[in-house]
Amino acid sequence: MYGKGIMRGLSVTLKHFFQTYVDDLRYGWRKYSPKEDNFEMRQGMAAQGAFTVQYPDEKLAVPERFRFVPFLVVNEDDHPEAPGKDWCTSCGICAKVCPPQCIWIVRSEDPNTGRPIPEPEAFFIDIDICMNCGFCAEFCPFDAIKMDHDYELASYDRTTSHIHDKDHLSKPTSYWNRIAPTRAAEEAEARGGWEHIDVIKERKKAEKAAAKAAKK
Amino acid sequence: MTDQVLPEKVETTDVDSAIAYLKDKFPSAVSDDTRDGYSGVIVDKNKLVDVARAIRDELGYNYLSSATAVDYHTLGEPDSDMEMVYHAYPITGGGALVFKAQTPRDNPEIPSLVNVWPGADFQEREAYDLMGIRFPGHPNLKRILMWEGFLGHPLRKDWKEAYYEEDHKPFSSRWPSGNVWRAEEKNAYGKNVRYPDDFDLSRLNDVSEESLYEGLGLGVDVQAIEGTMHTDRLVVNMGPHHPSTHGVFRMVITLDGETIDTLEPVMGYLHRNHEKIGERNTYLHNMPFTDRLDYLSSMGNNLGYALAVEQLMALGPRWNPPSYRAEVIRVLMAELTRIVNHLWSIGFLLNDLGAFFTPMLYANNEREKILDFFEGVAGSRLMCNYVRFGGVFQDIPERIHSVQNMVNDRVRDFDSMKFLTELVSERLPRFLDEYEYYLSENEIIKARCINVGVLPPDEAVGYSAAGPLLRGSGIPYDVRRADPYSIYPELDFDIPVGERGDIYDRYTVRIREMRESLRILRQLLPRLEATKGESVAGTNAHTPRVPVGESYGRVENPKGELGFYVVSAGDAKGTQNPWRYHVRAPSFINLTPLGRMSHKQKVADVVTVLGSIDIVLGETDR
Repeated sequence: MYGKGIMRGLSVTLKHFFQTYVDDLRYGWRKYSPKEDNFEMRQGMAAQGAFTVQYPDEKLAVPERFRFVPFLVVNEDDHPEAPGKDWCTSCGICAKVCPPQCIWIVRSEDPNTGRPIPEPEAFFIDIDICMNCGFCAEFCPFDAIKMDHDYELASYDRTTSHIHDKDHLSKPTSYWNRIAPTRAAEEAEARGGWEHIDVIKERKKAEKAAAKAAKK
Repeated sequence: MTDQVLPEKVETTDVDSAIAYLKDKFPSAVSDDTRDGYSGVIVDKNKLVDVARAIRDELGYNYLSSATAVDYHTLGEPDSDMEMVYHAYPITGGGALVFKAQTPRDNPEIPSLVNVWPGADFQEREAYDLMGIRFPGHPNLKRILMWEGFLGHPLRKDWKEAYYEEDHKPFSSRWPSGNVWRAEEKNAYGKNVRYPDDFDLSRLNDVSEESLYEGLGLGVDVQAIEGTMHTDRLVVNMGPHHPSTHGVFRMVITLDGETIDTLEPVMGYLHRNHEKIGERNTYLHNMPFTDRLDYLSSMGNNLGYALAVEQLMALGPRWNPPSYRAEVIRVLMAELTRIVNHLWSIGFLLNDLGAFFTPMLYANNEREKILDFFEGVAGSRLMCNYVRFGGVFQDIPERIHSVQNMVNDRVRDFDSMKFLTELVSERLPRFLDEYEYYLSENEIIKARCINVGVLPPDEAVGYSAAGPLLRGSGIPYDVRRADPYSIYPELDFDIPVGERGDIYDRYTVRIREMRESLRILRQLLPRLEATKGESVAGTNAHTPRVPVGESYGRVENPKGELGFYVVSAGDAKGTQNPWRYHVRAPSFINLTPLGRMSHKQKVADVVTVLGSIDIVLGETDR
């Protein structure tokens, strides 16, 4: 029969049309409530109908590994020994692996001896050039640069606000632990503690020396 | 299907005996390529056409996969430092016969192979455009990616781009004293374009665009043409800003009435000289750049590039091949990518037919689920950047989950293996059944697609068509079977082919390929469970040492054969950058037969023919 295929197609469209409302009836009232399981249901395997996320009022949750323009990890402001200290040692690996070369680092130098200090004097990321590949975070040996989850970086003037400096980039360790708890825990386990790897090494050295001294 | 039409059967010989045969037949013209890490033969350019004919007809290497140029400036002999590299394969499956022709750099000229392989057409034009090699015998040798009036040939080693900083990354200005500046501050817009001395800028405003329409037969006196009705010849420009061209792509069409007489694709609007960028980059840097080629199937692009570089790295010491689990994950991602891509391309094909966005959105609904998975595993939905040399970025996480933070006010959390299992064993098969019920028997689709845009099998091979375009024409050629890589040899799947070579066949091939992908995915799930805990990490060096040599890594990407030709100059202590990095882009080469397929069709059908090729302009223009 001519037209049968079209009728079949229309029946599928109609089915989808009604399914959207079935889902709405099932989850509908919860769509407007802040209850947390709403998105899981509507985005998961059980969801059937079409579903619109009312951005920017509503936002989809991004998974832990989601990567956007990097940030620098620094100590907490209330850190007992070194509040606000950079984890970055300005070794320059992130600037080397950066494919579009958007990372600029000025290494600190001791004013008297001229020898490098393991701390960046300045750190810039041109977010217009950054391609969000995540290599800097992947290859950083000090867990000092991490990919952020904040994807709303648009601004009205790119020439004044799109080069992020160290102040803008720095975020405390607790922020990283919050947005990526699994990854942060894995990294802490690999380092042997929640502190910066150099601090842990120093402490181990001191403990060893103390143990040696106690033996004598 | 059983009654597959193959072009005339020629007994194919294996590569070694083929080379012996060639050396025997053309003793003065063919010699082994003896450079370290290179393979194949070097052919005297004066004999190239004869040798190519013998390779195609007598040896059975009748599928020209890739033709590209390399500039060995400062590296090779001055009288032969430019080279065309050809990769020919038997269409029945097997390894490549690589042959090369050399020419001096100051007067580069190599005879055209268009008469042997029509598929060399665009590739030779690309080599002319970007490298400046002339091809006597080519019917339409003009620029293809760059515009008329561009100065120089940008892939030559001594050509420098605007905003040029250094030959190789990493740039020394970034560290240790990286006081930031913007490239455009030092090279302001308006001073970054150079023209040839004799170029007249007013030519850019030439509305008649005579140079473009040359050779299209516009001067023909239509009244003199025999026929029942005398219709005027009309030139129609479709694109670059036309919604049905899937991007910035332009077709110059001459119409006889409403029937298409000639069609010439014009491209390059999205050209960014990806290959030059690739030669400035280190090997690792290129990985995220490959995402941006065919941005709908970035996982497949990653895999192709990784295979090419791994072939080279395997020549050196201290090379650890990817673990079994890494291979399983790579194939898993490649097949999910195939489904993502075909859902998208079928959705857009329906859009082109006028079924505006309803089928597209149904397909997208499922595509979102796979992208959610990509996002959870790789960190990004489109620009995955997931494969590494000798492994992958990270293992599949236990749970794909989000945590509450200031940006995202909602939470989602599911078991990744459960998600994947449900996806490939229930959700996607159910969707495909419904989709086929929805579309395949639709009278409008059948009327618009069957016997439209036909590409006969022998021509499909000649034009170097790849992917669903080639298989839709009835050639069961799939790199996963013909020249297997990764763990494909141990997986059980069929190669769907079409019968007529029309748009409808390409549509059904895509649907059936998705079913085959699901079949592969179902075989991968137990393998994933069995290899749990195995390391998947690749080489941990951020600038891996790559030995001298050449390699051609190819994968069956959703759009067709994606190849990466990489030449390493392998400086042990110096820079670690590819000397040559070439992308054999299926979207680009599949456009070669577009004019042929559109001949004698109606204007409205061109849109569908283009939709059935399934191009992505990021890959076409590179």
